[in-house]
Amino acid sequence: MSLSLADVEKVARLARLAMNDQELQAAQAQLNNIFGLIAEMQAVDTKGVEPMSHSQDLAQRLREDMVTEPDQREAFQAVAPQVEQGLYLVPQVIE
Amino acid sequence: MTWEIVIGLEVHTQLSTNTKIFSGASTAFGAEPNTQADAVSIALPGVLPVLNKGAVERAIKFGLATGSHIAPRSVFARKNYFYPDLPKGYQISQFDLPVVGQGALTIQVEPLSGNAKPYEKTVRITRAHLEEDAGKSMHGDFHGMTGIDLNRAGTPLLEIVSEPDMSSAAEAVAYAKTLHTLVRWIGICDGNMQEGSFRCDVNVSVRKPGQPLGTRREIKNLNSFKFMQQAIDYEVQWQIDTIENGGKVHQATILFNPDTGETRAMRSKEDAHDYRYFPDPDLLPLEISSEWIEQVRAMLPELQQQKYARFMIELGGDSGLSSSDIRFLTASREMADFFETVLAAVPKDAKMCANWIMGEVSAQLNRDGLDMAQCPITARQLGGMLQRIADGTISNSGAKEVFRTMWAEGGDADAVIEAKGLKQVSDSGAIEALVDEIIADNADKVAEYRSGKDKLFGFFVGLAMKASKGKANPAQLNDILKKKLEG
Repeated sequence: MSLSLADVEKVARLARLAMNDQELQAAQAQLNNIFGLIAEMQAVDTKGVEPMSHSQDLAQRLREDMVTEPDQREAFQAVAPQVEQGLYLVPQVIE
Repeated sequence: MTWEIVIGLEVHTQLSTNTKIFSGASTAFGAEPNTQADAVSIALPGVLPVLNKGAVERAIKFGLATGSHIAPRSVFARKNYFYPDLPKGYQISQFDLPVVGQGALTIQVEPLSGNAKPYEKTVRITRAHLEEDAGKSMHGDFHGMTGIDLNRAGTPLLEIVSEPDMSSAAEAVAYAKTLHTLVRWIGICDGNMQEGSFRCDVNVSVRKPGQPLGTRREIKNLNSFKFMQQAIDYEVQWQIDTIENGGKVHQATILFNPDTGETRAMRSKEDAHDYRYFPDPDLLPLEISSEWIEQVRAMLPELQQQKYARFMIELGGDSGLSSSDIRFLTASREMADFFETVLAAVPKDAKMCANWIMGEVSAQLNRDGLDMAQCPITARQLGGMLQRIADGTISNSGAKEVFRTMWAEGGDADAVIEAKGLKQVSDSGAIEALVDEIIADNADKVAEYRSGKDKLFGFFVGLAMKASKGKANPAQLNDILKKKLEG
């Protein structure tokens, strides 16, 4: 399997990456190299092997349902580009 | 030829945990903006999610209550999309391995058309998965900008997905209501629809019987049962009209406008549904042992249907409660708990308990615009009053006064009875003396009665009640009066 330039454009758009033609072509070549590696791995017979969802064979540690985080709004908002009435301001989004 | 309606629901229930699903920030509703948005909620670089045990426990409860498969191993996945109220750029959800698998919910459907009878139906549950809620966007007056409050970001949700088993707005509403009652009953969600704790997405399509499924449109974010019914009715008619006029239904996400009663499609973005799910490398698989499931099972309260069945056996029957009484008394957990506490005070008088709760209590709650949880008289107080009716201390009319006083001013029945002097006279000597006096004062009427004018009995009862200021025990008074009048 290999990626077309249109595939690369779509992935870039989904990731909100602005790329010019040259960059798209470079990315296409790099991604296709990765697909080559994946193709090699997919050729391995994995019949009967349960797919992993994590590289470590461990189970998730759970947290007790207790409040541990204090209000740090002031500290967090000190580094935000724009805030008002306690809200983070962003360019307008209206559906 | 008629159309067949096909409806499936996705319900987002906010779980009633103290903290967020992946961090120890509070989930209390109504806090100042962003004061509960910790480093994880605002997605500062380098933070890691740690799963909340309380959220998992609630998912297990739901699975047990619906007879669903509970996955011994489930996996969290990233659902990728960009929106400012989702600062990570992805929502942590579950995709191909959800925590709760197939189950079912039995619903009672009250048809909306006049003469159709209520019926029972089983709706299959496809799955329920854990995920995090997003923040809120405020489109107020911020110089052309949008304000973001991330307090809600990371609140645990259980998204409950049904099979498309419903075929009318009435069935969809019955399912949503049953689910709403269930999540409150088992204490996993507060069910507050105004605050967004219980939000429904409804998938609707139409087809001719026997034909393959039609194209569905998804009505998003319905937060009232009334709107749900209106939205479905409108949408079904719209789809039928569109097809009958030669048009085609296109898959879309739509919104319901309660002001116009219409649905409209949201502007669909080209790539809106390309979420590129993949397992979240920040989270290991969630493992749920059978021991844990059994521990949670032991914590589960008696469920609505179990309680209904038990009441039918223990309290139903010819002289007992009717099935509609029992349906009423098990309509919510609060109601059932209230009834059982009252009943514990007067275990032999289930019918009296039911009559008071379904009568005076419900009427007063309605009048004052309150729900069961806000009832100013506790079940214990009402039980105390019913004991005084049962043991003859107060009459029914006296009880009504006690009830009104307790409702308005509080206090225990005994104190109110004492303060208002409502104790019935059950001393037979006192009643006899009173009756003797009436007979002596009304010799002519007594003679008429004795010559066969039975109707006069009521006249004597009235006089005696008046003389006792309404406090004479009515049963006892009747007996004594009858005996004396007969001479």
